[in-house]
Amino acid sequence: MATAEAPAAVRRSPRRRRLLRLQEAPILALLFLCAALSIFTTVGIVVVLVEEAVGFFREVSIVEFLTETRWTPLFVEKHFGVLPLLSATFLISALALAVAVPVGLGAAIYLSEYASPRVRAVLKPALEVLAGIPTVVYGYFAITFIAPEVLQRLLGQQTLFSALSAALAMSVLLLPLVSSLSEDAMRAVPGSLREAGYALGSNRFEVAVRVVLPAALSGIVAAVVLAMARAVGETMIVTIAAGNVPNLSWNPLEAMQALPAYIVQVSLGDTPAGSLEYKTIFAVGLALFACTLGLNVAAQWLLSRFREVYE
Amino acid sequence: MVSQEAPGPSVQVPVPRVEREALRPPSEEEAVIEVRGLSAWYGPFRAVKGIDLRVPRRRITAIIGPSGSGKSTLIRCLNRMHELVPGARVEGQVLFEGQDIYAPGVDPVEVRSRIGMVFQKPNPFPKSIFENVAFGLRINGYRGNLREAVERSLRAAALWDEVRDKLGQNALRLSGGQQQRLCIARAIAVEPEVVLMDEPCSALDPIATLKIEDLMRELSERYTIVIVTHNMQQAARVSDYTAVLMMDEDRAGYLVEFGPTREVFTNPRDPRTEAYITGRIG
Amino acid sequence: MTTATARGQEWRRRLLLRNVAGVAAGVLLRLAAAAGIAALVLLLVVVARDGLDRLSWDFITSYPSRIASRAGIRSALLGSLWVVGLTGVLAVPVGIGAAIYLEEFAPRNWLTRLIETNINNLAGVPSIVYGLLGLALFVRAMDLGRTVLAGALTLSLVVLPIVIVSAREGLRAVPYSIREASLALGATPWQTVWHQVLPAALGPMMTGVILALSRAIGETAPLITVGALLFVPFDPRGPLDSFTVLPIQIFNWISRPQPAFHQAAAAGIIVLLAVLLGMNAVAIAIRYWSERRRQW
Repeated sequence: MATAEAPAAVRRSPRRRRLLRLQEAPILALLFLCAALSIFTTVGIVVVLVEEAVGFFREVSIVEFLTETRWTPLFVEKHFGVLPLLSATFLISALALAVAVPVGLGAAIYLSEYASPRVRAVLKPALEVLAGIPTVVYGYFAITFIAPEVLQRLLGQQTLFSALSAALAMSVLLLPLVSSLSEDAMRAVPGSLREAGYALGSNRFEVAVRVVLPAALSGIVAAVVLAMARAVGETMIVTIAAGNVPNLSWNPLEAMQALPAYIVQVSLGDTPAGSLEYKTIFAVGLALFACTLGLNVAAQWLLSRFREVYE
Repeated sequence: MVSQEAPGPSVQVPVPRVEREALRPPSEEEAVIEVRGLSAWYGPFRAVKGIDLRVPRRRITAIIGPSGSGKSTLIRCLNRMHELVPGARVEGQVLFEGQDIYAPGVDPVEVRSRIGMVFQKPNPFPKSIFENVAFGLRINGYRGNLREAVERSLRAAALWDEVRDKLGQNALRLSGGQQQRLCIARAIAVEPEVVLMDEPCSALDPIATLKIEDLMRELSERYTIVIVTHNMQQAARVSDYTAVLMMDEDRAGYLVEFGPTREVFTNPRDPRTEAYITGRIG
Repeated sequence: MTTATARGQEWRRRLLLRNVAGVAAGVLLRLAAAAGIAALVLLLVVVARDGLDRLSWDFITSYPSRIASRAGIRSALLGSLWVVGLTGVLAVPVGIGAAIYLEEFAPRNWLTRLIETNINNLAGVPSIVYGLLGLALFVRAMDLGRTVLAGALTLSLVVLPIVIVSAREGLRAVPYSIREASLALGATPWQTVWHQVLPAALGPMMTGVILALSRAIGETAPLITVGALLFVPFDPRGPLDSFTVLPIQIFNWISRPQPAFHQAAAAGIIVLLAVLLGMNAVAIAIRYWSERRRQW
């Protein structure tokens, strides 16, 4: 652009402009790469898991993997059925949710519909602290307190390791997640709906349960699904508290090995790279990844449906 | 505001500005900005349509009209700020010193360094007073003495005496009127040729408003000023030329009338202008 | 009461029941909220009961040992500092860079949406899967071996989504008017970000970054998979040394049957929680301080 009378003091030469743009181009490219790194990470995860798993499935049929009921890849007589690991994972997660969801939802209803702002200001961060505690601490809590004090005394439980012990510890970990997300969903429900409920003569509990809860339902279900995904992927609690022997059983008082616990077990050992045992951790990792991905995608879809309505 | 019994529009136009008064619309040579057939969209919605306007050099031009008539949109098209909104689009030409700022290859960053803007709500940076004024100079590669340039701008914005001994203080601690004058100082520090002001006084109290109106008159000796205002008295007090925008049935804004302020307010050519000025619409 | 508005006995009785239910429910709900706090308190009490006695300066400065009474966390603590420090150096600039790109520069097209969805999904991937990625990529393919560097690279990928999300929130908290003012002066978008937006967003961003790093310090599973050792009787000296971290050392002691090791584990947990508490306190202090300065 030609300038009629360029003020001398403030330089605005086209050369300087072009120089500036040139200097900025690599910066913007670098920023883009930082953002695109996330795609490389996902690609990396998929490639790594699939590559080793493919190698695994060349030696072990996928049918055996999915239907055989014994998992003994580290023994002399090898069986490669993933069902014991899968069932343990889901049993522990389901039990943990069975405790965390009612309690978490109750806490969420209280925080959202009953609590004064002052109480909320104290209670919410306190619950968040639970979410920040490293999971080894929950594992410790499980085997030094939950298993001996609670389970042995109440149920005459013999073994130190059990699915129930891990599930109870995990439920404490999941509590803030369920509570916080459900509360967000409930607070997103507009006050006018509550007012309508009160105006019809409902008391506070009825408004909470009959008006707000149904309105927030898909948000709450999303919270539960997210908690489930977190439970399925949680490693240290199940490794420490549930035991390390694969066991296809629905009895929560028995010890069993979950998917991530197996991976830890092999990692702690001296498995040579490239061996079949080495590849099993990737096959198991792939199964784990698929489960959590499915759950997370479902939760995101539920959340987007929820937001459509209220935002 | 305006008495209902008066025979015609009777907004008070202060008299002592005879020496600067224009008697006719600006010619092509006198126009620093010429708008030709400008239409602007936000996505599918057209906010202004078919605007033809000449902004005269070193005068104050006011853009008035009821809300929704596209005044802010129009002024933002003059320094390519409109396109910052996602989905925004512009058709037509805006000639600045004879060259279309929307021509391909024109750098909007340069346009904005030559056509400055002051916003409705004062928006100083959360930095010191000095840094606020110096920022524009720094990024535009100013080679001279920064302190002197900052002082010049603050003096020109009638703020120097109030802040000279607290230049290091955070700008957010100034009053609203002071912050707006700081924003004006910041804008003129880079020595633009035109200063656009989008309702600069609407967030300020009456006293601060009058100070800024005085400032505008001083500034128009050196800079071309375009001001959007919903306050007709202000337009009448301050401006040399006035453009009147209205909203059509398709909710797009269009230019109803443009001319010397005195004429627009005392002898408008278009009945809609008269209706707006006398308060019957808008 | 006139007959027009009189309510029958039946309705009155039901109202009573409803009110009782309401009150009972209120109690249960408060109990639920309290249950969480109770669990937290219980957890802390158990850990303190077991570990406080064992805690001592010797504990912090000794190496792990096969003799429970002599075991200490020195190498694990140093390893944690090394790994998390390196993770911060790697993940924070990249995360902030990605956040700046997504918030300030990215066009609204399919690629941007893909990246954003991707980041959300990555936040939900179990950390042990990152460990598998780290094992195959950093330890094996890039031949870094079971070193601090491999661990830090892996951990960086784990915390990257968190850093990006917090950094974006920090950037969003800066009002748009500041960007407008800067652009109107003839600054380029990058100049606007570098000189105005980033400095203004720094406080909230730092808070988020510290919280992400405090997540990293508690991570165990991915580092086990990447090959942190269980028994490290030496100080890690550099990024290419073998290492262990505090949570893994704790895990090691928990896995032993002897109660003396459980005490050591509890003491280690206290140190770990103290470090976390310190980091969170710093994060909160930064947030408080930056909010006071901001005044908008």
